[in-house]
Amino acid sequence: MAVQIREGVRTEKKTAALAASGVCKAFRPARVTPGGTTVRAVDSVSLSVWRGEIYGLLGANGSGKSTLIRLFSTLLTPDAGTVRVFGLDIDRDELAVKRLINRVSVEASFFKKLSAMENLVYAGRLYGVAPEESRPKIVSILRRLGIEDARMTEPLEKLSRGMQQKVAIARAFLSTPMLLLLDEPTTGLDIRSKREVQTFVRDLRDEHDATILLTTHDLDEAARLADRIGILHQGRLVAEGTALELAARHGGGSLEDVFMTLTGRRLDDADASEPERPT
Amino acid sequence: MIADVGAQLGLAYAFVEREVALSKRYWAWEIVWLVYGIVTSLSVAYIALGAPGLSGGSGDPALVSRFVLYLLVGTITWRFLGLIFEQMGETIAWERWEGTIEYTFMAPVPRLTHLLGMCAATLVRAVGFSVAILAAVALFVPVDLSHANVASALVLLATGAVAFIGLAIGSSVFPLLWTEKGLQMAYIVQAVVLLVSGVYYETTILPGWMQALSFISPATYVIRGMRDALLDGADLAAVWPNLWPALLVGAVSIPLGLRAFLWAERYAKRTGRLKRSG
Repeated sequence: MAVQIREGVRTEKKTAALAASGVCKAFRPARVTPGGTTVRAVDSVSLSVWRGEIYGLLGANGSGKSTLIRLFSTLLTPDAGTVRVFGLDIDRDELAVKRLINRVSVEASFFKKLSAMENLVYAGRLYGVAPEESRPKIVSILRRLGIEDARMTEPLEKLSRGMQQKVAIARAFLSTPMLLLLDEPTTGLDIRSKREVQTFVRDLRDEHDATILLTTHDLDEAARLADRIGILHQGRLVAEGTALELAARHGGGSLEDVFMTLTGRRLDDADASEPERPT
Repeated sequence: MIADVGAQLGLAYAFVEREVALSKRYWAWEIVWLVYGIVTSLSVAYIALGAPGLSGGSGDPALVSRFVLYLLVGTITWRFLGLIFEQMGETIAWERWEGTIEYTFMAPVPRLTHLLGMCAATLVRAVGFSVAILAAVALFVPVDLSHANVASALVLLATGAVAFIGLAIGSSVFPLLWTEKGLQMAYIVQAVVLLVSGVYYETTILPGWMQALSFISPATYVIRGMRDALLDGADLAAVWPNLWPALLVGAVSIPLGLRAFLWAERYAKRTGRLKRSG
């Protein structure tokens, strides 16, 4: 079934890898929380990401980026609206959608006592990749991401945050997803690791026909990697286009200026003042 | 069809392999649980050995030996069933703590396959622990299995495992719904099952309302049947009155537990509870 879906989508030309229409998600406070109010984390978002595209979703902390990624990765169900991945509805065709996607979150989440190799072999099995196939692939991906062979068999808790994040990227890549959802994959990484990951993301798209939705609050990263950029503010998609289109449409200048024009704040200031919203 | 079954078994095996790898890495904790299990069972056996002195009884060696086995059957069977309950209940809580829950639920693995894999891993661990505890206890305390009908006991144990898997899947719904307190709720359920199932005594001594609970606990029937098989050599026909209720609980609790789990998963996705904590 998964092979049929993959073959089908590979032969089509202009395909919406991801199509979201009028997606809403609100979180109600727990009954025991006095004075809590319902938070509208995602508010009528509609967007399309074309096959082979890198789409950058830019927004401050609490703007709804992670909620949107969790909706797209079947971890949340929308209150309203529809989400389709290569034409498949994420609710009705959930299992088929899961075979086509993978995700890297801001926190590299692993069984910390297990090694990178053990975690990745396990992850491969969940996506139907047998260990004899996954092991050489894992070594190759991790080497390419700059992880030495000796570190691959060490418990992950002994690896640095940057290395763990690279292993998380390797996990997502291992299943050769048609749609890769990257939720702030370079947050907290040093400059060199950040560049290595960014290069890898680009290579992944170019060499493996992957479509990538990338959330970030790093303007340089968005400009460097994304073919198109969407700006999310308080759960709403307030602008969308290439970096040049956005600049032309919103008074010229840099992406930072565009962000400020649309949201009324600089991205750094918005990060500092926005309260964390539920994801 | 066969290829599909093979693929699902391969997916389920991923969870067994993962649990075995985790047990190896957490070997010190595994030893703690094993020692704890041996010591608890031994303590219970020594209570039986010391009972005649406390009660002023005759101290007839045959009666003492029977009492030792009576209590050991209860404690080791409960250990076996309790491990299934605990590990299945921790399926969700553990992954929340490790932070892997989102990746497990995002993977293209049908929930039935996921839970079957966890059940298989749980059974491997429970069997290993129970055999090790029995062997260790036998080194210290005389265990008279000369009248035992091992075949009946194994059938009862397998039936009890199935029945407990259904209950355990049902109780793992708590950590899915309540991210912080869910596991504690599951442990309370387990404690109540221990109280009402006649692990160390006959359920007839319990107050009426507890006896009503013992009536729906599969452990009641499994432990009673195990005693009949191991103390008195009861064959399958003789243990049938205890076997069929356990089978019935299993037949009802597994589909109910699965349905509850799937409902809870949908609820968790709607309310944003399918996420890491800790």
